[in-house]
Amino acid sequence: MNPLWTLVPPLAVIPFILFFGEKRKNLREASIIVAGLALLLINNLIYNDLVAGGTPQSGEFAIMANYSLKLSAEPMGVIFGLLASFLWVVTTVYSIGYMRGHHEINQTRFYTCFALALAAVMGAAYADNLLTLFVAYEVITISTFPLVTHAGGEAARKAGKVYIGILMSTSIAFLLPAIIWTTVVSGSMDFVPGGVLTGAGLSNGSLAFLLALFVFGIAKSGLMPFHRWLPAAMVAPTPVSALLHAVAVVKTGVFSLLKIVTYTFGIDLVTISGAAYFLLPVAGFTIIAASIVAFTKDNLKARLAYSTIGQLAYIVLAALLATVMSVSGGVLHIVMHAFGKITLFFCAGAILVALHKSEISKLNGIGRRMPITMGCFFIGAVSIIGLPPAGGAWSKLLIAGGSLETGTIVWAMILMFSTLLNIAYLLPIPLRAFLKPDPDLKPGERATMQEAPFACLWAIMLTTITCLVLFLYPAPLTDLIGMIQWR
Amino acid sequence: MYEQLPALMILVPFTAAPVCVVFRHALASWVIALAASLFSLFAAWQVLEHVRTVGIIRYKVGGWAAPSGIEYYIDTLNASVLLLVSGISCIVLVYAYRSVIKQVPLAKHYLFYTAWLMCMSGLLGIVITGDAFNVFVFLEVSSLATYMLISMGSDRRALTASFRYLIMGSVGASFILIGIGFLYAATGTLNMIDISERIPNSESQRAVLVAFSFICIGVMIKAAIFPLHAWLANAYTYAPVAVTAFLAGTATKVSLYVLLRFFFSIFGYEYSFGQLLLNGVLLPAAVAGFILMSLVAVYQTDLRRMLAYSSVAQLGYIVAGISLASQAGLTAGIVHILNHALVKSALFMAVGCIIYQVGHAHRPSFDDLFKRMPFTCIAFIIAGLGLIGVPLTVGFISKFALIEASMDRGWWLIAALILVSSLMAVVYIGRVVEVMLFRQSRTSTPEVSGMSEAPLSMLAPMYLLIVIGLYFGINGDATLSLAGEAAEQLLGGF
Repeated sequence: MNPLWTLVPPLAVIPFILFFGEKRKNLREASIIVAGLALLLINNLIYNDLVAGGTPQSGEFAIMANYSLKLSAEPMGVIFGLLASFLWVVTTVYSIGYMRGHHEINQTRFYTCFALALAAVMGAAYADNLLTLFVAYEVITISTFPLVTHAGGEAARKAGKVYIGILMSTSIAFLLPAIIWTTVVSGSMDFVPGGVLTGAGLSNGSLAFLLALFVFGIAKSGLMPFHRWLPAAMVAPTPVSALLHAVAVVKTGVFSLLKIVTYTFGIDLVTISGAAYFLLPVAGFTIIAASIVAFTKDNLKARLAYSTIGQLAYIVLAALLATVMSVSGGVLHIVMHAFGKITLFFCAGAILVALHKSEISKLNGIGRRMPITMGCFFIGAVSIIGLPPAGGAWSKLLIAGGSLETGTIVWAMILMFSTLLNIAYLLPIPLRAFLKPDPDLKPGERATMQEAPFACLWAIMLTTITCLVLFLYPAPLTDLIGMIQWR
Repeated sequence: MYEQLPALMILVPFTAAPVCVVFRHALASWVIALAASLFSLFAAWQVLEHVRTVGIIRYKVGGWAAPSGIEYYIDTLNASVLLLVSGISCIVLVYAYRSVIKQVPLAKHYLFYTAWLMCMSGLLGIVITGDAFNVFVFLEVSSLATYMLISMGSDRRALTASFRYLIMGSVGASFILIGIGFLYAATGTLNMIDISERIPNSESQRAVLVAFSFICIGVMIKAAIFPLHAWLANAYTYAPVAVTAFLAGTATKVSLYVLLRFFFSIFGYEYSFGQLLLNGVLLPAAVAGFILMSLVAVYQTDLRRMLAYSSVAQLGYIVAGISLASQAGLTAGIVHILNHALVKSALFMAVGCIIYQVGHAHRPSFDDLFKRMPFTCIAFIIAGLGLIGVPLTVGFISKFALIEASMDRGWWLIAALILVSSLMAVVYIGRVVEVMLFRQSRTSTPEVSGMSEAPLSMLAPMYLLIVIGLYFGINGDATLSLAGEAAEQLLGGF
């Protein structure tokens, strides 16, 4: 299956979305779900091709003499493509409940930009060279801008400014020169197993600088100090935050980084040259600092946003450690964190729709009213923390193991300390909901069920169950990761 | 007829100009101007085809052979600039019709289109000719017409802007004339090819040196290269906006072409950059230009003035590419000449649409712009992304080529400064976009919330430019190979 097909469903659905519009919203949303399922099917066919030993790839489209856009499937990309397309379907179901329940305006524009962003995510997932990746990266930035500023008004204006300002500036100032530099010294932009920079004649210092340009240029991975856009983007409607800011946008960032470390540098080159020496502490600092900031946030979505920054830094750390085990853990963590975090965001949105509450301090006792939502929140939180029986345990284990492989214990210690912090800022939320008394109830009164719309609940339960399934049955994923050609 | 196209390309608009005066009718002169422009476009297209498939054209005007007669010399470089000038003229003329009705008194319309035709034929003449003195003649033709066009702006400050440009432009033109005079004294010929052959053997190298210096300064003034750009901001701001859109895409670009032709073809690459270290002059000017002028652009509140300073900055990129004096650098510079012309003309046209409906281009006073003029705003955003250099726009192609060329030569600092300047472009375009999208009406009367878009005859040509821009952004190879060919010819001399 040509990976180019993955661009077709999200792009082809846009005319339908515009045509059906606000007046026939059932048809509009049905068409998105059909497109989502088609996309999932296509990704699955690519997966089958890859497992059968093929290398699905597209033709080349030259936009400059020696540089062309090209897509090809490799294990990491297939994992990311499957993940994003699966969650697109789930999120669409969820947003049907949410956007209607919340009476959002301009839903047609919302779904259009959403589909466009998804197409770009597919482009990033299957990018065969740095240029393709860069194009997809920028398209994601621009197409998600209307989503972030969806609400309009002063708050959205400020958020949009930070969002586009940081993401576009860093990509132009750091990522673009890094790509051109790579091309100039190695003569190639392609993603090749083992990388293209070995033997390109760069000194260790230059390699470290180049890697830093890549790491900071990809601000979508939320590494401090270029992380401010992520909390800012939380003014967006919850489904946007859920898919784009817990999954698609931020994961494109860390995914790009993993891909660059594996296929542009080569993990051996990163280890031998010590290029990541000064960057590892930045990732370590981000892990701890983000967790501490998350503590101080009373707004649920803001707390989740900072939690995301910390979790993304795990993946950055995994990429920079550059051992087979840690990078595998990083790839796995993309999936595990995605399911965990999207569950949490879905729950936050459900609480907002059903009870109009967004502050954690107001959540006392709501577990009685929304038992399913808060139960799922608990499981999602367990997965983020990295405890069995949720999928997050595996990826954290691999990253920690990979960090021990490098011979120092400090990164493993940071990971464990951060786990403690995760427990401290995530678990009190469901505990508060279930154990504290509900202030709105008179003594002796029984709480009534006040769950979110069914579409929302359905989506939440699906992602929660997946968190559990991924713990019991991670084999398809780990097999795929095992297929990555490291050298 | 077919082999006479190089001459007809100039003659048709040149003779059409007085015809407009005969008619003294607004619509008639617009039709004449557009028809003449279309003819030039067709001729330029044919000439470019011929140059690329058959080879360089050397056309003897009036059948007089080269040293005594005037020769038109057309290679890939000037064929593509000819196409650019005539193409932009056609597109902006369509746009101009409605725009001029609002900005210029009806009684002056025929003069407007007369001046337009003179200006265009002058610019085409500068580009096409292979005779050094002829360059000066056409330069004066286009300059005088330009002063007239600028002075027709509805704002009274247009008069001082035009006068200021007249002074600066005349100084520049005189410098070029003096330079050509010295060249004639040193070599005894005005034909460019002859001059280039005789310069190395000339007995008076000092005269050549003086000629070089005068031409250098003269061209830098005409091309508005920092720090000789002072005339540009006011001229672009107060001219009728259609004129600005036309000039932004053509006038400075043609001057840059003159710079390329003189320093690479006539003086020769070794002489200009090897012996005289021209890049020692051009590069600092270019770098200071794109950094400082981008910074100045950030602080402008009038969109036209902001774009004018941005133009000076973008010219800095082109000059930086030229002063790399390598195949790659020159290619990047030339491709940016074409690409920036597309982007900047489109941007000025978008601003023109805003002025047409809102009446001013003062950024802090806009409100509800996106609601009122969504198509104009989208066009501005797309073209603005092109200016910033986002992938799949023309700006990306030229910026990529330029950074690659400077990294290739090991000029890391230049590459870094280009990026810094791009970031400033993010800021000044971003500020406008922010106001467009988010500034809500502050008046208490909500009834103006309906759409009031510019007329189709303005939107359509603007979107045509945008689409051309996107096409060359996606198929960057088309322009890059053209520019590469031109660069090769330039480095090879005549």
